[in-house]
Amino acid sequence: MNILIAHIAVPAITTLVMMFARTQKQVRAVAASGMTLQLLLSLILLYLFLQERAAGNEAVVLFTQSYFWYPSLGISFDIGVDGIAVAMILLTSIVIFTGIFASWEVEKLYKEFFISLIVLATGVYGFFVSLDLFVLFLFFELAVIPMYLLIGIWGSGPKEYAAMKLTLMLMGGSALLVVGILGVYFTADVEGLRTFNILALGQQHVPIEMQRIFFPMLFIGFGVIGALFPFHTWSPDGHSSAPTAVSMLHAGVLMKLGGYGCLKVAIFLLPEAANEMSWIFLILTSISVIYGALATVVQTDLKYINAYSSVSHCGLVLFAILMLNKTSSTGAVLQMISHGLMTALFFALIGMLYSRTKTRIITEMGGLMKVLPFLSVCYVIGGLASLGLPGLSGFVAEMTIFVGAFEHEDLFHRVATIIAVSSIVVTAVYILRVVGMLLMGPIKSEAYNNFPKAKWFEKIATISLITGILVIGLTPLWLSNMIRDSLGLIVDKLVLK
Amino acid sequence: MRHEWTLIGSLLILLVLELNFTDEGKTKSIPSAAILFALVTLSGFLPSQSGTLFGGMYVTDPLRILMKNILNLGVLIVFLQSGSWLRAKNNYNRITEFYLLMLSSVIGVSFMISAGNFLMFYLGLELLTIPIAAAASYEQYKSKSAEAGIKLILSAAFASALLLFGLSMLYGATGSMYFSKMIVTADVLHVLGFVFFFSGLAFKISVVPFHLWTADVYEGSPTNVTSYLSVVSKGAAIFVFVLLSVTLFETIRQVWQPVIYGTAIFTMTIGNLFAIRQQNLKRFLAFSSIAQAGFILLGVIGGTALAMASVIYFVLVYVFSNLAAFGVVIAIEQYSGKININDYNGLYHTNPRLSLAMMLALFSLAGIPPLAGFFGKFFLFTAAAESGYYVLLFIAVANAVVSLYYYLLVVKAMFVNKNESPIKYFHSDYPTRIALSACVVGILVIGFYSPIFEFIKQLCLSSL
Repeated sequence: MNILIAHIAVPAITTLVMMFARTQKQVRAVAASGMTLQLLLSLILLYLFLQERAAGNEAVVLFTQSYFWYPSLGISFDIGVDGIAVAMILLTSIVIFTGIFASWEVEKLYKEFFISLIVLATGVYGFFVSLDLFVLFLFFELAVIPMYLLIGIWGSGPKEYAAMKLTLMLMGGSALLVVGILGVYFTADVEGLRTFNILALGQQHVPIEMQRIFFPMLFIGFGVIGALFPFHTWSPDGHSSAPTAVSMLHAGVLMKLGGYGCLKVAIFLLPEAANEMSWIFLILTSISVIYGALATVVQTDLKYINAYSSVSHCGLVLFAILMLNKTSSTGAVLQMISHGLMTALFFALIGMLYSRTKTRIITEMGGLMKVLPFLSVCYVIGGLASLGLPGLSGFVAEMTIFVGAFEHEDLFHRVATIIAVSSIVVTAVYILRVVGMLLMGPIKSEAYNNFPKAKWFEKIATISLITGILVIGLTPLWLSNMIRDSLGLIVDKLVLK
Repeated sequence: MRHEWTLIGSLLILLVLELNFTDEGKTKSIPSAAILFALVTLSGFLPSQSGTLFGGMYVTDPLRILMKNILNLGVLIVFLQSGSWLRAKNNYNRITEFYLLMLSSVIGVSFMISAGNFLMFYLGLELLTIPIAAAASYEQYKSKSAEAGIKLILSAAFASALLLFGLSMLYGATGSMYFSKMIVTADVLHVLGFVFFFSGLAFKISVVPFHLWTADVYEGSPTNVTSYLSVVSKGAAIFVFVLLSVTLFETIRQVWQPVIYGTAIFTMTIGNLFAIRQQNLKRFLAFSSIAQAGFILLGVIGGTALAMASVIYFVLVYVFSNLAAFGVVIAIEQYSGKININDYNGLYHTNPRLSLAMMLALFSLAGIPPLAGFFGKFFLFTAAAESGYYVLLFIAVANAVVSLYYYLLVVKAMFVNKNESPIKYFHSDYPTRIALSACVVGILVIGFYSPIFEFIKQLCLSSL
């Protein structure tokens, strides 16, 4: 069986099996084993992919498979991966694997919870492997809709408001995508049968006046889920109300669908408009980056802190993509992976701390380092990665982005870059502030001494995420080469103009 | 002619059977009607020939047969869902009448779709409407039901008058009532005739501004009749319009396209905005069905094979999705008498299967993948984009998001909201369960099984 089909089949089968599980133990066992299998599959995929490339296979996408679906419309179930997709799939597998362990103790409607969570993951996998715009869009929406139930039922705080806001805003984005996708499909110059295949569409040319209409639609459509300013407002509410694993998956993976889609659909299919209009979106993303960072500084709720910092970091992803060159785009993908890992780590840790302290307000906590050393150290590692300490993943990603951004020599790009770079300083401010207030200082309350130590499933979750951060931070070359090779097709079209 | 013959046959059989039922055995007509109609539906799928009858008054071809089959499926589901309601004490004495009225109406549907002449079309239309008006006031002990019947018959009469007026103009201008012999041009009289004709038909589809009867009639009628109205009667009118728009009115495309353009926008928007405010689920589904009609017009406007296919396909999907939603409403109304969205609070905890069916139905109506509604809507959008109506498409997708909001409100009630005394767990009868399961299977499978769409598209291509 094709390994990519297995990536969709394993979660699907896991949910099916889970429907027959009865006790919480069984459900957890099924979920955990299914997602462990999925993680192994992703590692195998990475290995096979690197093998193929090492053996000199230069095809744009590997492991392709194609089934006719709606032949008269040119829709087929086309799948295949390049280096970027492999990296994103691996990220998804790590995050969903840890997400299962982070939500080990869900009591309420546990079966439905894990089923929705894994359906969401299925959508994400499908999105990354599909090469057909229709299928890609189908999986995109499939990944969005379980969020409503996940936040609405298992969330906290103003969960109904947050769930509705998030769903409607993301669906609004996907409404723009429908128009954009159909626009590209019908205006591409092609003799005979039209196709939704992305690679085939990439070789066709869309008239520039049409590109000017559809590029903003596609870019904003994907940008909404990538927290593009001013369409980011769903993110803080959604993330803070969502249960732990959902925040992890959403900030860690789902927001990356935005960046991935902007890069591989919007810019790839409409390169001329991208060249022409990138400045508008560069302004917006620069605002995202700096605004997200500044907003983080004044937050006191741990989840809001992480949500706003996600806006800032994901803004950096879109910012890098809009620099439209190989180096910065490589950085963008690295940043997606790095941010995915560390934000998942943060949300997991916040969930674990919350289960003990019953509060997420940092001013009400303090001195956790003394009572919960393991979790606290993990938090510090995540924080250092976030502010870009060399040796951890954040440094690699941000360095690459800014090196790429400085390749532009005009004033506009320089100014935008300087604004974006300054966010790193702000990041250091809020990370150190949280670490100081939360972990250092005297123990806030007597009850802290009775806190249970980190449990085995908590350790699995955090250690696997930290491993990812360390691997990318210490040996980034294989990953960035893998991404860089895949970017050729996209970036070359931009230069050709 | 097979559809019509089998329908008339089963109507007569039912009439004779009824004579032999004792007073205690009146409920026997429920299974008999269901079985007879299942046979009718099945026989519709057997291969049959195309041709014309009565000197061109009656036309049949594979496309029309497919349309009838789709609507028959809907009627079959309605029949299966109405058993427990008919068994109630108040309706006990008039069980067979319900089926006779419905069957007459379905005969009307068949003749209307197969019409080759405006007279035949008009006969079919009236035969479709009048029995339904009687069925709408079936629960005559409820004032609302009687009111619904009167409202339906009055607005239908008004619509018929408009339609006949239009037909008389078209006849006067072209000198014929046969579709094949009429040549419609952009002449004033022709256009005026078309506009009146369209208005009459728009009543049936409940296109804004001809939708005002919809919510009241849907609310007052027995829910089984409502589901028939919202699916079968609406679907039949849409089918006829699709057929005529690419044949008879093909020549005045530039006239009807702007008309559809405007009405589509208003229908979607107004249907959606009113649906948001509804508490009563029947009114809610009424406005949602108005909005859905607006989406269907997106497919009608293109006038290509793809557009036709997308409309027919969407109606097929809509039959399953809407009837699943109505099925749940009927089951709950029958058990508890409750019909408001608030009453559904916490339903998932007591009746998980019904809630899941309802959720799938609503998500399918909203166009969420991987359910059939997603494919149906996407193809409608594709049809609109194919003809270059990007602005219309944009308004439509914005409306789709709005519609998601109110569908989610119901999902939220069932899954998220808390309730001290939710509707208790109950078993619905087997026919209802079969109908609901069939709908759910349809919702889950139709989209993935692409040969259905390809088949419809082939038929449309060959009929153009």
